Amino acid sequence: MSAVETSRTIVVTINGTEYEREVEARKLLIHFIRDDLDLTGSHIGCDTGNCGACSVIVDGTLVKSCMMLAVQADGASVETVEGLSEGGELTALQQAFSDHHALQCGYCTPGMLMSATALLRANPSPGDDEIKKALQGNICRCTGYWNIFEAVKAASR
Amino acid sequence: MSDMSTTVAPAPVEVKKGWAGQSVPRKEDKRLVQGEGVFVDDVKRHGMGYVFFVRSPYAHAHITSIDVSQAEAIKGVYGTLTGEEVASLTDPFFQLSTPPGAHLKDFALAVGKVRYVGEAVVAVVAETRELARDASELVEIEYEPLDPVTDARRAQDDGVEILHEDSGSNLMWEGVYEWGDLDAAFAEADKIVKIDELHFHRFNSTPLETDGALVEYNRGVGQWTLYTNNQFPGFAAIMMGPAMRCGLDKLRFVTQDIGGGFGNKITSHPQLVVCCLLARKLNRPIQWTEWRTDFHLSMSHGNERWFHDTEVAVKSDGTLLGFRTKALDDAGAWLRYEPLGGVIWAQVTPGMYRWRNIRLEFTQVATNKAPVSPNRGYSRMQHLWFTERVIDIVAHELGLDPVEVRKRNYIRAEDMPYETPNGCVYDSGDYAQMLDVALGLIGHDGIEARRAEASARGKLLGVGIGSTLDSGTNNFGQSRMINPELQFSGNNEVATVKLDIFGEIVVTLGTTPQGQGHETTAAQVVADILSCSIDDVQVRAGHDSYWNSHAGFSGTYASQFAVTGLSAVKGATEMLAAEIKKLASAIFGGVPVEALELADGGVRIAENPDAFLPFMACGAIINANNAGLPEDLGVTLNCRYVYRPPFQVPDVEKKFGNLTLTYAAQVHVAVVEIDPETGAYEVVDYAAVDDCGKRIHPQIVEGQVMGATAQALGAATHEQFEYDAEGNLLTPNFYDYHVPHALDMPPLKTGSIESPSPFTPLGTKGMGEGGGAGIHAVCAAVQDALRGHGDAIVWDSCNPYHRVWEMLSNPGASRSLVSVVDA
Repeated sequence: MSAVETSRTIVVTINGTEYEREVEARKLLIHFIRDDLDLTGSHIGCDTGNCGACSVIVDGTLVKSCMMLAVQADGASVETVEGLSEGGELTALQQAFSDHHALQCGYCTPGMLMSATALLRANPSPGDDEIKKALQGNICRCTGYWNIFEAVKAASR
Repeated sequence: MSDMSTTVAPAPVEVKKGWAGQSVPRKEDKRLVQGEGVFVDDVKRHGMGYVFFVRSPYAHAHITSIDVSQAEAIKGVYGTLTGEEVASLTDPFFQLSTPPGAHLKDFALAVGKVRYVGEAVVAVVAETRELARDASELVEIEYEPLDPVTDARRAQDDGVEILHEDSGSNLMWEGVYEWGDLDAAFAEADKIVKIDELHFHRFNSTPLETDGALVEYNRGVGQWTLYTNNQFPGFAAIMMGPAMRCGLDKLRFVTQDIGGGFGNKITSHPQLVVCCLLARKLNRPIQWTEWRTDFHLSMSHGNERWFHDTEVAVKSDGTLLGFRTKALDDAGAWLRYEPLGGVIWAQVTPGMYRWRNIRLEFTQVATNKAPVSPNRGYSRMQHLWFTERVIDIVAHELGLDPVEVRKRNYIRAEDMPYETPNGCVYDSGDYAQMLDVALGLIGHDGIEARRAEASARGKLLGVGIGSTLDSGTNNFGQSRMINPELQFSGNNEVATVKLDIFGEIVVTLGTTPQGQGHETTAAQVVADILSCSIDDVQVRAGHDSYWNSHAGFSGTYASQFAVTGLSAVKGATEMLAAEIKKLASAIFGGVPVEALELADGGVRIAENPDAFLPFMACGAIINANNAGLPEDLGVTLNCRYVYRPPFQVPDVEKKFGNLTLTYAAQVHVAVVEIDPETGAYEVVDYAAVDDCGKRIHPQIVEGQVMGATAQALGAATHEQFEYDAEGNLLTPNFYDYHVPHALDMPPLKTGSIESPSPFTPLGTKGMGEGGGAGIHAVCAAVQDALRGHGDAIVWDSCNPYHRVWEMLSNPGASRSLVSVVDA
């Protein structure tokens, strides 16, 4: 009888770079991104999928990367916070976060930026409630969300 | 939320040229919005092992056996650590308390007994996070359960199990505080309002980043390096060094970015000791990142407090004469920072009010719950919630207007600086004006019309005020009121500012910021003194105890950076400015220093600006081109300054003295609407007015106000660490512990007043913890909404919908807690 397969080689493209790695079948996508690839911009704030600090975009869809296994991302194209700005040039959204003091400790910020980026791609002119709903899956303990809302609103058109 | 966050500044600040006072872009932001911050879990080392803690499933039990052999046999498991090993390798942590709390034997892992669900019993280290967790399930621990103590009110009853046999009972610390003349006050009173019981609940700020560390051991020199997010390394060091039998120089603390702290990251020293012992035992770097559930189970719950047998002496017109009460504090299973909460509240003994006769009997007991530790507003929040509840209950029961009662009793602007009955000196402020501003922001003049309008929709509208103080810059001498033997007093903070070889201005801080923007505000202060741009000022990110820029009280906690940190920066920069002039004087052939000025990134002769020496030349001359300079020049261009606030040791006998240097103030007003059918309610309008003296960066200040308000709203409505009768935590993760989300936030209006502190070098006051005002305001608003609908008294600080529904359906339960008697 052959041994049970507990790991697999996957190919994932992250921010345009292709990575081929052997991963344990049970490894979460966020741990793969952070621990195996050392892309530490995406964060972990809970064990239960509530906080959204690990939010990334997988094949165009916003995903909490602690709720997905790394092997499920085989063949996928993933975007993380590190991929937002090009050549050190901040996106309008990133700049708006700074302008509106939408971050304090900065720990939730990468997830917030990915959620808001996904929103603004789908709807460049969201209404107030749409912005709040888009941020509903991300916890921030520093700001009270008011300034995050203002930043996203400023980056919308 | 659009147009829902409005700012007013009723007393416009004088606009002057300079960096301080401007909301410049934060230096920290560029890295943080690009995911380029370095948080503790981002730090990796070759061959590091991941720690997982095996935790107690029992609230109270003897440990009868521990077997780690199966776990250690797994391939990829590097090793384990048990309480027995810890007890042989370390001494118990130093206790701040007098007996009986002094007798606790607190080790980094449970030894012989567990005292709360989630207490760490064994540490397992493996090559991956997942494997360490798997292996932990193979650790065999036998327990012999004991009855748990989960209600502080029963902790000292006969026959109750004792948590710490060495202490002899569950009493940890007690003290009586009394100032003024209580008998005279109660004799003078027209009415005595009695409140049998009030309860401040258990919660904390749940920073999004949990605790963690990467610990390396340098065997050759016997030194540990701890990359950690501990927010008060000075305290961790004095706890850890003696326990680990090493000098403090063997413990190097390094931090860059910290994902929120709020006081909750002060007492991670037990876990850090475990990591240190494992790094030495296993001869490899040890990585520890707390899981969210671990944090909820074991870290820094805020102090749960009861207030019993309160009596308030009042004149018929609402003049408050004094009160007496008994505070019962639930410390949880260990005294990790306690019993300091037993004195910290006294920083704000009378709240914002002029009553002069106060007696408070403070008792702290141990229970089978997670240990309490500082949480934003530490111990003052509990006490100020109590004083605000007293004000609103008195007004409610005597049929007085809570606004009028406050204005009648607030300490007045003309009384400042004001010495409180216990010797604290409130530095400045105008509380009545703040209240007017706050009421104006929510349109209080039209509140009765809004109440009627809500009523027509079937909703009960209520308005409530929370007025609080954010006392900052501790005089650690107050610890002697807990234990006269303690050798702590005063406070200090350090900064160094140097001019490097290419003219770089490099600043190091002793602090451990968690989002407060220290790099930015420090640069503002430096740039103003050196007459350069903030872009020319490099402030090192984070903390390193090997930088020589820290002292015993270094860290970021207790509302003090704007005073201690920035005053240290100011002092060091002024030293550097003087040295630059001294150097230029020598270079310019003896021009008096008084004739020199700093401008445009260099030093020049004021009346001959062409005689200009750029900072780059200054740095190069001293560091690399110094032949021929006078022997006695006395210039290093590397200046270290220790700021020491002007404090005296308090009078321990009388419990009298100034316990903090500054007293920032907040007045919040909340408007709620309750659905009487369900008890569900919504905060429909909210105003927060803050006065923290001179603001170096108004946007950062407002951000702190907003964040503290959001935490208060969460605590007032949902957040609680609730235990069942067996001592199981019912809210061990973000599913059950509901923190506010974007959709939960009410419209917010902020306002500010600037009353510069006369006692601080920059006129600043520490701030950031004033959010407790939100809890008080919501409690008051709910009580106000229920007025005429059963007249329930709000007696608990947390009022989820079901509790409001209970107050509506059975108001008698809370009404039985209060009575008014004619004096």
